[in-house]
Amino acid sequence: MSDIFVLAEHRQGELREVTLELLTLAGELGGNVVAVLLGSGVDDFATKIAGYADKVMVVDDPMFANFNAMAYQAALVELIKKDKPGLVLVGNTSQGVDLVGSLAVELEVPFTTDAVAVSMEGDKPVVTRQYYGGKINGTINFKDADTYVVGVREAAIPAGEGGKSGEVTKVDNPVTAEITARKFLEYVEAAIGDVDITQSTLLVSIGRGIREDKNMPMIEELAGLMGADISGSRAVVDAGWLPTDRQVGISGKTVKPKLYLALGISGAFQHVTGMKGSDLIVAVNKDPDAPIFQYADFGIVNDLLKVVPALIDKLKEIKG
Amino acid sequence: MNIVVCVKQVPDTSDPDTEVHIDSSGKGVDQSKFSFVINDADNFAVEEAILLKEKHGGEVTVINIGPEGANQVIRMALAKGGDGAIRLGDDKFAYSDVVATARLLQSALKDIQYDLVLTGCLASDDGYGAVGVTLAQILGVPHAAYAKTVEVVDDKKLKVGRELEGGLMEMNEIELPCVLTIQTGGNEPRYASFKGIREASKKEIKVMDLAATGLAEDQVGEAGSVAVMTEYSVPEVGELAEMLEGDPAETAGKLGNILKEKGLV
Repeated sequence: MSDIFVLAEHRQGELREVTLELLTLAGELGGNVVAVLLGSGVDDFATKIAGYADKVMVVDDPMFANFNAMAYQAALVELIKKDKPGLVLVGNTSQGVDLVGSLAVELEVPFTTDAVAVSMEGDKPVVTRQYYGGKINGTINFKDADTYVVGVREAAIPAGEGGKSGEVTKVDNPVTAEITARKFLEYVEAAIGDVDITQSTLLVSIGRGIREDKNMPMIEELAGLMGADISGSRAVVDAGWLPTDRQVGISGKTVKPKLYLALGISGAFQHVTGMKGSDLIVAVNKDPDAPIFQYADFGIVNDLLKVVPALIDKLKEIKG
Repeated sequence: MNIVVCVKQVPDTSDPDTEVHIDSSGKGVDQSKFSFVINDADNFAVEEAILLKEKHGGEVTVINIGPEGANQVIRMALAKGGDGAIRLGDDKFAYSDVVATARLLQSALKDIQYDLVLTGCLASDDGYGAVGVTLAQILGVPHAAYAKTVEVVDDKKLKVGRELEGGLMEMNEIELPCVLTIQTGGNEPRYASFKGIREASKKEIKVMDLAATGLAEDQVGEAGSVAVMTEYSVPEVGELAEMLEGDPAETAGKLGNILKEKGLV
């Protein structure tokens, strides 16, 4: 098989874990694993990545100090046209999502996003994706092409141990014109609130199942009785019922409490990624097919609005 | 500033009664019991479009690809402040992949003078999260995905905050015209007023079929697609939780005892 390009991802001086996941996947698929690292002063990353790749191609230029989809695309188009890899893997992250569709269209090659599994049939990748909130899977069939671009979900494929020792090669930046249509300005850190849920021992976490703002007092009473902090899913934060710093998941916090009590949370992967490391997970959800039950230790299939008042009574009884 | 906002009608999968069953074709799902809603992220895109219009003037055009039943989500966007609407409706558009979908949207844009195109960042049904970015490349304009804050700098550029992992915001300056895919939570989608709903019922929804798009049959639908979902399957389910059975009091009782045994209460 021909080369598999893997786009390395980094941010604020840190190599992102998804890079090693993609390289591991590329190694499992066979073929020559070529890590493509666009950055500025990234020798440390190149050394680390070399353990997972047959070759590391580094384009070191201040243009790539911070992610800019247009600069990345301009460079990748040239590198891909030159080496013609059979497959290009990119993380389905806030960087990859900003890049994959436009990159593939410019290259005039097939692509798909958010793969949870990739295998090869000859020279062609076969991609499994999730549909309808993870309730069913679907298989993507590509039209024949010389190159395919696939965005792969973060944390879907565990990073292995590496074991390769690829050669690190510096490549001249193929982008000669300044990118002016889009400019990176700065990062703005997420606001810090009164409670740091990453340090909480007990979390009562709420999702869409709470339905209305007016149901919050019972959650507060339950959390108060337990001495727990309150966190929630994206939907609840979007609705303004909890502040942003209480959001658990990919775009929020990763938490590892002793108890994670998930109330009315369906368990979309974006959420689960942020809480699956909790010691004990208990889920209450009306939907017996909710993915959260695959991650929970104990489950109750019922409406949280019925279970929570009963649990409050029970806890009062226990406390005497 | 003239804004186009693309909206998709999706099954309400947040409703636990919405069961998803694969149909006999193997590449569709039984939609007979679905209730349909506007895609969540698109709802935030509509609100962003109307907020920008209220602040900076111009017109908002709503574009949808869907059957006649999708008119309900289009009308709701019109009721909130949209000025005109186009629905790309033709059975031949079914099974379009991301690229064919973006091509269809481009065909609807060809007669519109726009400064900004907004889409939701992700559809809750198929989850590609790629149409907006793909459309930008087809249109030949810059883009930014996961936009949560949008500020007009001047009539040539925007300042856009993209939401990254962990809630970090990446601020960018981007030239107009451009495409932004809007993340949820950056605004508070309004409810339509009765007056708005009444007025929206009188607004025209222009329907475009294949002939009206000017596209060939092999540029749309499955024929025009390069990455087609060909087969649905039921995922392997991991080991499930130990389920606590009974009425709410019984299950709460069992849970309370477990938490006590484990020293958590």
